[in-house]
Amino acid sequence: MKLNEFVKAFTAEFEETDESVFSPATDYKSLEEWGSLTALSIISMIDNEMDKTITGADLRACTTIEELHNLIQTKE
Amino acid sequence: MYNPFSLEGKTILVTGASSGIGRGTAIECSKMGAKVVLTARNVERLNETLKLMEGEGHVILDGNLTVEAELNSILERMPALNGVVHCAGVSQIKLVKFLDKGFIQGVFDVNVFAPLTLNTALLKKKKIKKNSSIVFISSISGVYASQVGEAGYGATKAALVGYAKSAAIELAVQGTRVNCIHPGVVETPLLNVSNGTFSEEDLENLKKKYPLKRFGQPVDVARCVVYLLSDASSWMTGSNLLLDGGFTLS
Repeated sequence: MKLNEFVKAFTAEFEETDESVFSPATDYKSLEEWGSLTALSIISMIDNEMDKTITGADLRACTTIEELHNLIQTKE
Repeated sequence: MYNPFSLEGKTILVTGASSGIGRGTAIECSKMGAKVVLTARNVERLNETLKLMEGEGHVILDGNLTVEAELNSILERMPALNGVVHCAGVSQIKLVKFLDKGFIQGVFDVNVFAPLTLNTALLKKKKIKKNSSIVFISSISGVYASQVGEAGYGATKAALVGYAKSAAIELAVQGTRVNCIHPGVVETPLLNVSNGTFSEEDLENLKKKYPLKRFGQPVDVARCVVYLLSDASSWMTGSNLLLDGGFTLS
């Protein structure tokens, strides 16, 4: 999945936050809607759409959506 | 010495005996004098369990209970039993909106279809003696409580309760009892798997919600199992034993 598609899929997991907020440089953990539920949504989305497994620790280790996208590329 | 909790002279099947609650149960049953039949997929880890057990006459029957051919092979070698403890299970966290058929099927295969079809096969082959005890390891998740992402897992654990109630009525004719144990969080490898999702801090915060200020250990569950297998519980069937350090009180 390309970066722009990933940002789109990432955005789709949020119910309240406006789409315009999301870009590759977005610091996702600073979003008001970020929490355990959105974190699990992102983990599940990556599992379903990209067939890759990431952990909560991975989500905590990255800051921007692009960093997370890069990290996923290193996963088996 | 007077001991109504003794398992002397009983042969007990423990599924999922390679780790966690299954391993703890196999060890504790052996200490109480039972001969234990251990099943799980991983023979190496079953041997590790065996090394931690006491007494003689224990049997390892390794194989995958969700695969019919392997189940049949296990059944052929199965001795007559006085008790069955269904410990084998998986726990996977997934949000409701991601519960696709493959995921639901996967968790039900291991947590529900495997133990239920095993019971069917054991009964058909008359491997379960009169006055036996069948124990299911359910969970507080499902019937008593739940958390984000536990819908699939909780559904399987609640399914066991429904099954156990009817089985308890039917098998009472043979004097066989069927009960469920509902543990809260127990420190097992299953928990470590979810550790990737939850930080150490999350787990510490969860622990604080337990009035007894700790998670369960496999031996805590194993001792409840011993009670349900022993003649001490011979008037108890179709029951749900809550074992959660007080978690569901608040």
